[in-house]
Amino acid sequence: MEGLISLFVKSVFVENLALAFFLGMCTFLAVSKKIATAIGLGIAVMIVLAITVPVNNLIYNSLLREGALSWMGLDQADLSFLVLLASIGVIAALVQILEMTLDKFFPALYHALGIFLPLITVNCAILGGSLFMIERDYTFTESVVYGVGAGFGWMLAITAMAGVREKLKYSDIPKGLQGLGSAFIIVGLMSLGFMAFSGIQL
Amino acid sequence: MSAVSDNEVKGLIDEIKDNQEELKQVVREPLVDNNPITLQVLGICSALAVTSQLTTTLTMCIALTSVTAFSSASISLIRNHIPSSIRIIVQMTIIASLVIVVDQILKAFAYEIAKSLSVFVGLIITNCIVMGRAEAYAMKNPPIMSFFDGLGNGLGYSLILIIVAVIRELLGSGSLLGYTILPTVQNGGWYVPNGLLLLPPSAFFIIGLLIWCFRTWKPEQVEQPDFKIMPAHSAEGGH
Repeated sequence: MEGLISLFVKSVFVENLALAFFLGMCTFLAVSKKIATAIGLGIAVMIVLAITVPVNNLIYNSLLREGALSWMGLDQADLSFLVLLASIGVIAALVQILEMTLDKFFPALYHALGIFLPLITVNCAILGGSLFMIERDYTFTESVVYGVGAGFGWMLAITAMAGVREKLKYSDIPKGLQGLGSAFIIVGLMSLGFMAFSGIQL
Repeated sequence: MSAVSDNEVKGLIDEIKDNQEELKQVVREPLVDNNPITLQVLGICSALAVTSQLTTTLTMCIALTSVTAFSSASISLIRNHIPSSIRIIVQMTIIASLVIVVDQILKAFAYEIAKSLSVFVGLIITNCIVMGRAEAYAMKNPPIMSFFDGLGNGLGYSLILIIVAVIRELLGSGSLLGYTILPTVQNGGWYVPNGLLLLPPSAFFIIGLLIWCFRTWKPEQVEQPDFKIMPAHSAEGGH
């Protein structure tokens, strides 16, 4: 249990997907102009990560990993090179299913998330979460915790970023730095701030 | 213009002959005028994490450029046969297969570099440049042009990455490609390395400042602010 709590804290702060590994940066920079939309996107990312990481974990451990197919008499089979294709397939399919489910049962949430849902398929943070899970060999329980934690961390980061940029609208920035340039420098400063967590041991 | 016909090969050759000027244009434009990183904000995810050493950066650039070029070409070849409702999945599958090839080649011939790139090779799949070019260009244009468009955008991406990596490795650890250029104090030299440049956030500062340089050079790329700031004393004129 302690291990799981520390994994959660680690995935939210120490190994924050956005600010320590820079995953999902394209959407991170594009959609962080308003706090409200940033939170919407953050929630969507968290939901998708919390579902796809455990599902990919199941698929990897029961189908793709070396020796996973021994119940079929295929001891030698090592399909782990298919991981990339399988993960992205799972992500694309799950996002589609999630979109249809939300549309049917939770229309309010569906409309709030709007265009962000389909965009999530190509968000590196989602695929990155699954790939990190595989690289670090998490068990199923760990992968659930990691998925939720990583999603929460990403949401935290984009909300904070949107807050800073909303304030920044009124500031007098040099012309060439207007918009994208200043956004990069802010993310750099935030990421330096998050590095302060890196020494934490739980 | 359409190359999907019986004499496809002949069409491809004609296409090159007809469009030499446009080809040059397509390759040159993404380098500065329409750079994928500094202007289109695409593919930043991997741009930052792999740039602390020039070797890994070069590997990443070659991998991404070839994936973009070949995926654009293959998607463009079958563009008239893809139903638009499932095109994203089709594009994804093509891109993912190409990335698997690159990944396996790296693991076979450059295992150390593959290890240090970690998940970032896999993340080329979701690199927005690849998807972006497939969706924006390859779906509407013939294969050869798409190939060079992919190539150009890959090179535009590489240009920025290499600049960042050179700055980071040279000033951060005093070497380039692993060879010592500036002998550091630890090794009896004179150069005190700047540790900040080895930390990931420094890539953000460098790209931010690069954008500033680019936009000073090409003022038409400057974004308009959401709110104009009024001068303190007079309410008219001025920016």
